[in-house]
Amino acid sequence: MKTVNIIGAGLSGLSAAITLARSGVRCNLISAQPSERSQSVLAEGGINAALDTMGENDTVQEHFNDTMKGGCFLESESAVRNLTDHAPDIVTVLFQLGVPFRSENGRILLRNFGGQKKKRTAFAKSSTGKMIMTALIDEVRKYEAAGLVCRYPHHELADITIAGGRLQQIIVRDTFRNEFLSFTGSTIVCTGGMNGFFEGMTTGTTQNTGNAAALLFHAGVEFANLEFIQYHPTTVGISNKRMLISEAARGEGGRLYIMRNDQKWYFMEEKYPELKNLMPRDVVSREMFFVSRMPECSGEVYLDMTGLSGEVWEHKLSDLRKEIIAYMHTDPAEEPVPVSPGIHFFMGGIRVSDRHETNINGLFAAGECACKYHGANRLGGNSMLGAVYGGKAAAAAAMEQPSECEIRETAFRESISSPRIRSILRETLLGGLGIVRNAEELQTAIDELTGLCSQEISELDRMRINLGLAALQSAYARKESRGSHYRSDYPDKADAFRKLTVVKYENGAIQLRFVAADSEETI
Amino acid sequence: MKYTIKILRKEREQTGQYWQSFIYETDNSAATAASALSDLNDREHLSDADGKPARRIEWECSCLQKKCGACAMIIDGIPRLACDAVLADMGKTQITLEPLRKFPVVCDLIADRSILFENLRTMQLWLAENAVITDKMQELAYQSSECLQCGCCLEICPNFYAGGKFFGMAAVPVTTRLMSEMSPAAYRQIARQYAKHVFAGCGKSLACRNICPKKIDTENLLVNTNAKLWKLAVSCKMK
Repeated sequence: MKTVNIIGAGLSGLSAAITLARSGVRCNLISAQPSERSQSVLAEGGINAALDTMGENDTVQEHFNDTMKGGCFLESESAVRNLTDHAPDIVTVLFQLGVPFRSENGRILLRNFGGQKKKRTAFAKSSTGKMIMTALIDEVRKYEAAGLVCRYPHHELADITIAGGRLQQIIVRDTFRNEFLSFTGSTIVCTGGMNGFFEGMTTGTTQNTGNAAALLFHAGVEFANLEFIQYHPTTVGISNKRMLISEAARGEGGRLYIMRNDQKWYFMEEKYPELKNLMPRDVVSREMFFVSRMPECSGEVYLDMTGLSGEVWEHKLSDLRKEIIAYMHTDPAEEPVPVSPGIHFFMGGIRVSDRHETNINGLFAAGECACKYHGANRLGGNSMLGAVYGGKAAAAAAMEQPSECEIRETAFRESISSPRIRSILRETLLGGLGIVRNAEELQTAIDELTGLCSQEISELDRMRINLGLAALQSAYARKESRGSHYRSDYPDKADAFRKLTVVKYENGAIQLRFVAADSEETI
Repeated sequence: MKYTIKILRKEREQTGQYWQSFIYETDNSAATAASALSDLNDREHLSDADGKPARRIEWECSCLQKKCGACAMIIDGIPRLACDAVLADMGKTQITLEPLRKFPVVCDLIADRSILFENLRTMQLWLAENAVITDKMQELAYQSSECLQCGCCLEICPNFYAGGKFFGMAAVPVTTRLMSEMSPAAYRQIARQYAKHVFAGCGKSLACRNICPKKIDTENLLVNTNAKLWKLAVSCKMK
């Protein structure tokens, strides 16, 4: 029976599993943790679709335009067209699967979100990801019982073998038994973003270690746009991570300010009168970076939600309020909350075609680990959409190929990373890949990591450093400012760089080239 | 602040458990049991309270903000999430960490909670038709979708044991969500399973009431779902 392997059981993995199962194709759903523990459950604000239920004459064309503009025209037009065209159907199907989106008489209500002038974001308070995951987990259970989805929970990717440009096998470790299994057959990678390269500094989960990405890169899988890292403007530091304050808080009326000459300065409203606090995330984070360094400004940037109505708190943001009270001991309905930008999303990742094929035959990728829809900056509400649509597209492409899966117990000696090296890698990457970058800092970071590579370190640490170096070299080579990549030494956008930064590890070295965003060259 | 973190440990290959203590110092008043475990494991060389080299502590975590349920364990005798257990709020400097007891222990603080998911499959908990979410049912569907499947409610339940016929509170939110979104005719099969695996075995101790890390109103879910079960039973009898 045709069988496809899926690594990762978050939103894109479940979407792929359901798509395969509905076509009668079996899958092995391999994940380090059950779906309930995946990063997708953290997604808060909502999912975009031009459903036009709010009487604003919204269209999929406008969703397409906003996504292209938000991503600074660095994404493939055809891919974004697919994404935005399918969005209304995707959200409708999720509603039919029982996601309790806020609705009235069966009409899904939509909220404002960043970078979009019209209400286009379907939501369930500020726990939309959790609600969507719960519904999809229940749906996948039906196919588990039918034998079409075979889960391998507590299993993580340990190795991948590629020969002649084709995937040969993957090896996974059963983390409970410390035993290894090899799987042949087509494989969809849904392993999420590279949070583990920035431990403690992201809004994501500890499970997204970045190890899978490092293994794949080392094996010859092409990556793209690694320099594009989204700093979400409104996060707060809690123990060992950044906690997100959903963009929905600003969508519902929250305002950013800083004290300037002892007066509250609502800088986003003054500088960007059209979209105000709802400018795309890269713009807001950068403005926060600059205003907090102005001599006439003092203290932190605050998010003021005290003007939100009781109705909004009760029906749209009650969970966010509870969370802020629990972790910050501040009631946001009563007091403004100090916020600062934190790493939230990786626009770059495994380079895929519109059909989510990688440069390796038999290997596909979807969700945050893949680079496809979000260009230089992802719009809020498009990540879950990209994950669901990407999972569907990858599954559709994977099932077209013959794929017999053989599973065997195997012996394998796994490499582990050291806390010390992980810490140096994190600090070095933060030094080079901050909100504002320049050649000097990037070169310093590149030199540090190159030096680290010459030390006696584990194989896994070496792979992780190589991928980190690839991200730094990508940022160094992109001599312009676009979206989340801002270079103080090249502050303007340059048309010559309307291209993907493609990196590949080949013959022991990182190869870097620029490829037109719409090109399917070598994929 | 200086804490002694006393952990009930177990090697993968062995059955016996043993206690090992670690000294954890922090000036972070918001530090949690999860931060203590992360920070201890981040030390280049981990030593126990007696200064002897120690193996890294195995435990599960993911979101670190009460949204995923991975880090459920017994903290000072109470099942709860490590990311929600603020050390400074515990009013003491020696804190014990143990794995959940109702599930097989894999190693250290990791318990194999697979039975949670197997039970949901046994109950055939999935939609039998497209969901219809009425305005009235929206909040109930939302609340029941919040369940983390962490297992804390089963740990505290006097009636639940892994492998038994009674599946406990963890099966209720999924049942409630599905029944709130389907017609009575479509949820008949689920109701049968609920009667067998939840209703019949629940001793109504309501020990689960205050233990849920998400503060799900477990009593409300039970009342709601039990009422639907009775309505269905009565209507079947009348027919």
